[in-house]
This record gives sequence, C-alpha cells and structure tokens, in this order.
Amino acid sequence: MSQSQEPQYPPIETAMRKALTEQLKPIFLDVSNESPMHNTPKQAESHFRVLIVSEKFNDLTLIKRHRLVNDTIKTALKEAGFEFMHALSIEAKTPKQWEPEQEPEKSPPCLGGFGK
Amino acid sequence: MNKICQILLRPSLANNLATTMRTMPALVASPRWYSADAAAPPAAVDKETLDKLVRTNKVVVFMKGNPQAPRCGFSNAVVQIMRMHGVQYDAHDVLQNEALRQGIKEYTDWPTIPQVFINGEFVGGCDIMMQMHQSGDLIEELKKVGITSELLKAEEAKEATKK
Repeated sequence: MSQSQEPQYPPIETAMRKALTEQLKPIFLDVSNESPMHNTPKQAESHFRVLIVSEKFNDLTLIKRHRLVNDTIKTALKEAGFEFMHALSIEAKTPKQWEPEQEPEKSPPCLGGFGK
Repeated sequence: MNKICQILLRPSLANNLATTMRTMPALVASPRWYSADAAAPPAAVDKETLDKLVRTNKVVVFMKGNPQAPRCGFSNAVVQIMRMHGVQYDAHDVLQNEALRQGIKEYTDWPTIPQVFINGEFVGGCDIMMQMHQSGDLIEELKKVGITSELLKAEEAKEATKK
C-alpha cells in the first residue's frame, strides 16, 4: 500500500498509534480523538480514548495494563517532542476478554473544566 | 437518572441501583471535600504530605471540582460510582491547587486526574473505577477495608425478602 492510501492522522495520534502498535503488538487497536467533545480549538489533540487488545496484558492487573499503555504513550510523545495529553481514557483487554463486535465504551460528557 | 449513571450501569447492576434508589432515598454518602487551601497554595506538595493526605480516610479522591460540582466528566463518573456504593470519602479539588495537581501526578506516576486511593493505596483513575464497578471488584475492594457497599446491602436485602 502506498503512503497516500494510508489514513492520515494528526501528529500526536500518529505517534500514539505507532508506539502502541509496535510495542504492544495489539490484535485490535482503536484510537479516537475526543477533543472536539470538549472546549478545544480545531484540530486539537488533547482528549483521547484507546481500546487496545493485546496478549501482553495476559498476566497483568488492570492498573499495570493501564500503566503500560500510559508509559508507552508517554515515552513516544516525549521522543516526538509533545507533552502528555490532557485526557486519556484506556480500555486494555486481553484477547480472551474481547469480542470483535465489541464497541468501545463511551466517554462521559465534558463538564467544562478543561483549560482550568 | 442522569446520563452518567446510565453509562455506568450494566444490566447486572441496574437492578441493584433501582432497588437502592427505592429503598434508600437518602444515601449516607457525605463526602468531605477540601479546597480551602486555595488561598495560599504551597509552591510544592512533597511526598510526606501526600503520604498523609492519601490516608486521611479509607477512600480519598483527587478530582477536578468537588463532589457537589465536579468540573470534569471523568471526575464526575467517579463521584457517581462512590455515591452508588454509598462510600464516604475525602475529595481534593486539584483545580484549586496547582502544586497538588502536579504533586499527585508525580506521587503516583499517573498522568491524569481523577485518582482514587483506598487505604492509602493508589487504585486507579476513572476507567479503572468504572471497570471495577462493572465487574463487582469494587465491592470486594471496599469490603477489604471494612466498607460495605450500598449496592451489596441492597442485593442482600433483596435476597432476604426472596427467602
């Protein structure tokens, strides 16, 4: 597939997807930029939700899975010269815990605290 | 019922909540919340201070806004979960104190707010609380520190009437 046919993501999302894909080898990855749900400028990359399914989570507690995702993203963004995003929601599942038709959870509505 | 509650509810817990709402209109949860130190926030909040802060109650929550007026959807979700389980907790509004906001993130090495502590142990943020609520693990964790969830009480009351 040539470069132009691949979906184009903004820089932070690109860095996130790359790091998660390469390091956690997910069998399923859904990244959604929920920044438009919040009081943000256009093209903002401040609020994200990640649904990730990987064998790497098999023997990890929930908190360790979340730490692994957080740290993977934190390192990748630092290398790319970005701050950690304002909000990151994570669902980290093992292949056994996941059904392909499963939809990601919905984020709660913004209550206006962003930027404060 | 507000939207958050609907999001939080899964069929297994929906009945419990409905029962709770009917049988216990006035839930006992009355969080204490602190933001009075906003007037003179310290330059930094050190580890010793936080060690004490996370143990002032069995459940301690660092959030945006306070339980009566959460300023963030994720913080609000945690407040609603605590309310459903009837948990009394201490809440700290990090929007009132930038040093606390940075301090707690470094203390837990966790990048986002809200943050929940049970018996001084960091348990997680909104997603983890939500998933523990849905799986029933939260009831178990609360039980370990001597808190009986209102959802569990309601469930047991229901079982008792069946017999």
